Amino acid sequence: MTARETILEAVRRAQPEAMPLPALEGDWIRYDDPVAQFCAVLEAIGSRAVVVGSIEAAQATLEALPEYEAAQRVFSAVEGIGRTTLDANAVATPHELASLEVAILPGELAVAENGAVWVTDLGLRHRVTPFICELLVLVVPKHAMVHTMHEAYQRISAPRRPDGSPAFGVFIAGPSKTADIEQSLVIGAHGPKESLVLLTE
Amino acid sequence: MSHATAAAEFVADVDRARWHDRALWFVRSKRDKCAQQLPEWEALRERASLVKQHTASRMAEYLEEFERNAVALGAVVHWARDAAEHNAIVYGLLKERGIQRVVKSKSMLTEECGLNPLLESKGLEVVDTDLGEWIVQLRHEHPSHIVMPAIHVKKQEVGELFHEKLGTTAGSTDEKYLVGAARAELRSKFLAGTAGITGVNFAIAETGGFVVCTNEGNADLGASLPALHIASMGIEKLIPRMADLGVFLRLLARSATGQPITTYSSHFHGPKPGGELHIVLVDNGRSKLLANEELRRSLNCIRCGACMNTCPVYRRSGGHSYGVTVPGPIGSVLYPARDMQAHKSLPDACSLCGSCTDVCPVKIPLHHQLLAWRKTLVKAKVTPWHMRAAMSVVGGVMARPWLFRLGGKLGRFALRWSPRWLTYNGLNPWGAQREMPPAAKQTFSKLYDDGIGHGSARMDGIDKDQNKLD
Ligand code: SF4
Repeated sequence: MTARETILEAVRRAQPEAMPLPALEGDWIRYDDPVAQFCAVLEAIGSRAVVVGSIEAAQATLEALPEYEAAQRVFSAVEGIGRTTLDANAVATPHELASLEVAILPGELAVAENGAVWVTDLGLRHRVTPFICELLVLVVPKHAMVHTMHEAYQRISAPRRPDGSPAFGVFIAGPSKTADIEQSLVIGAHGPKESLVLLTE
Repeated sequence: MSHATAAAEFVADVDRARWHDRALWFVRSKRDKCAQQLPEWEALRERASLVKQHTASRMAEYLEEFERNAVALGAVVHWARDAAEHNAIVYGLLKERGIQRVVKSKSMLTEECGLNPLLESKGLEVVDTDLGEWIVQLRHEHPSHIVMPAIHVKKQEVGELFHEKLGTTAGSTDEKYLVGAARAELRSKFLAGTAGITGVNFAIAETGGFVVCTNEGNADLGASLPALHIASMGIEKLIPRMADLGVFLRLLARSATGQPITTYSSHFHGPKPGGELHIVLVDNGRSKLLANEELRRSLNCIRCGACMNTCPVYRRSGGHSYGVTVPGPIGSVLYPARDMQAHKSLPDACSLCGSCTDVCPVKIPLHHQLLAWRKTLVKAKVTPWHMRAAMSVVGGVMARPWLFRLGGKLGRFALRWSPRWLTYNGLNPWGAQREMPPAAKQTFSKLYDDGIGHGSARMDGIDKDQNKLD
C-alpha cells in the first residue's frame, strides 16, 4: 500500500461519527465608526492610516514622508500615487528587488477589527514585492472597509488571474516585527520597517 | 530524564526561573486584554471547536478534497506516514534539483521530524529564519516554546551570541541593534537560498490552498524568492472552507501573543508563476490519536501556545524540561500517545488548575485529558511502582470511612508530635521547598457537622477561632 492509501485508510477507520459543519453567521462585533477603529488599531501596532480625500491628497501625504522623499528606488502600482523609479514588474528575478525602498500597492479591502489589508499579487510580476521593500504603502478605498474577518471572507475568495491561474493573497497588518529578544517589540524584522495605509474616498 | 528532574535544574537558578515566569505571564495578560475586547470571544471559541470537530469527523474526505484542489492549482502533493518518510521526501526534492542552501520559516512539524539534522548530515545548509528559531539554532538548542522559540534566552546571551557569530559590538544588548544585525545577515541568506521550506497553519480543503501566519515576514521572503517552495503540514491542519479562516484568524494571534492578527496571513494557492510548490502531508501518529476517543480533540490544536503561557508549571519549569518539540499542557497530552514509557512523567507536570482549558481557543479539554492520561498510565503500570502502591493505599483508605477517620487522628497526632526530620526528609517531596501548614485542630467532618455546610456566618467564626494559620 502506498503511504497515501495507508494514511487515508487509517484516518477513515479512526474517524468519529459525523458531526455537522457549523454555520459561519454569528453575532459578531460591529463598530460605530469602523474607519476610526481601523486607524486606532493600526496605530497601536506600529503603523499609521490616513484618510485622504483625493489622489492629490494621497500624493501629498506620501511626499510628506521623509523616507519617501529620500528614496531612490520606488515602485508604484497605483495610478497617480508615487513615482516609479524601479519598475518591479520589469525585472526578471525577484532577487533584483533586494534594493527596493518603497512599494506602493493597491489593497482590496481593510478590516476594522485588526488593521489588516487584503493584498494580492494580481498585477505584480513578483509576489515578493510587498515583503522585500523597506516602506510599504497600501492604498485602499475607504468604502472597502469591513468590520470583521468574517465579513472580509464573504468578499474575498482564492484569488485568480485573468487567465484562470491561481494568485497569491495576504492580509497585511502593519510593518514586519519581532519580539523574539526578551519580548521587546522591534519593528522591521525581515520585511518592511514601516508601513502606511492611505484610505481614499 | 523525567520532567521533574529536568525542571529541578531550571528552578535551581531562582532569578532566571522568576524572570521566565514573568515574561510568559506578560504574554498571557496581553492575551486576556485582547480577548476581552471581543464580546463574542466565547462564541468564537465554540465555533472553532465545532469546525475542528466536524473536520476530524470527515478528515479522510477533506484530505482527498484538499489534495484534488491543490493538484488542480499546480501543486504536487506528497504523503508521509512518519518522520522518516517526510524527511526522505524533502531531501529527495532538494537532491534532485541539486539544492544546497535552504531557508526555513518556523515549522514545528519539521522540528518534530528532525529535518534539520538530516539535511545537515547530507551537507546542506539549513537556516531557520524566524529570529527566535535562528537564535536557538545558533545556540545548538531546540525551541523551548512553539510561538516564542527563544523565550528562555536573555538579551545578554543574544548579545554575546551575535557578537561571536555576527561580530556585533561586544556587550551590546540593544534589541533594535541586535535585530538589525540579524536582519542584514538573514537577508543575505534569503537571497542565497534556492529552496524555501515553510509550515502550514491552515489548509483549506475547499480551495486546495493554505495559510501561513508570521509577524516577521520570513515565510514570505523564504517562499517567494526561490523557485522551489516546500510546505510541510500535519494532516490535522485542515479546515473545510476558506471562510472558516474568519473564525481561526480572529482567535490565533489574540490567543498566541495578544495581537489582533499576525502581521502577515499569507494565502498560498498553487506555485508562484514559473515556480514549484510541493506540499507534504504528514501523519506521524496523528491517525492513531484520531482513533482515541478520549484524546482525539487534542488534534484540534492550532498551536497558539496560550496553554503554555498560562500554565503555572510551564512558566516555572521552562519548555526544555518537557524534552519534546511541543511542550506545556498540549505537549503533555500528545507525547505519551507516541511513547508512553518515554513520556510518562509529562501528565504529572500539571497541577490540574484547568487554566489551559480556559484559554484554549479551540476548547481542548486539556486538564481532563491530562487526568485521563494519569489513569491510563497507572492502569498500564507505567507509573512507578511506589506511586501506584501509594495510590492503592490511599484508595483503600478512602473507601473505608472508619479507616480514614483513624488515619486522620493518627496523622494529626503525628504531625504535631513527631520530630521534624520525620516530615522534612528526602522521601517527602512536599516538604522539600516549603513548610508544611500546621494541622487543623478540628477535622473537616467535625466542622461540617457543626454547620459550615449551613452558611457563612459559622464559617467566619471557624476561620477566626480554629483554622487560622500562623
Ligand atoms: S492546546 Fe489550545 S491553547 Fe494549547 S497551543 Fe493548542 S490551541 Fe493553543
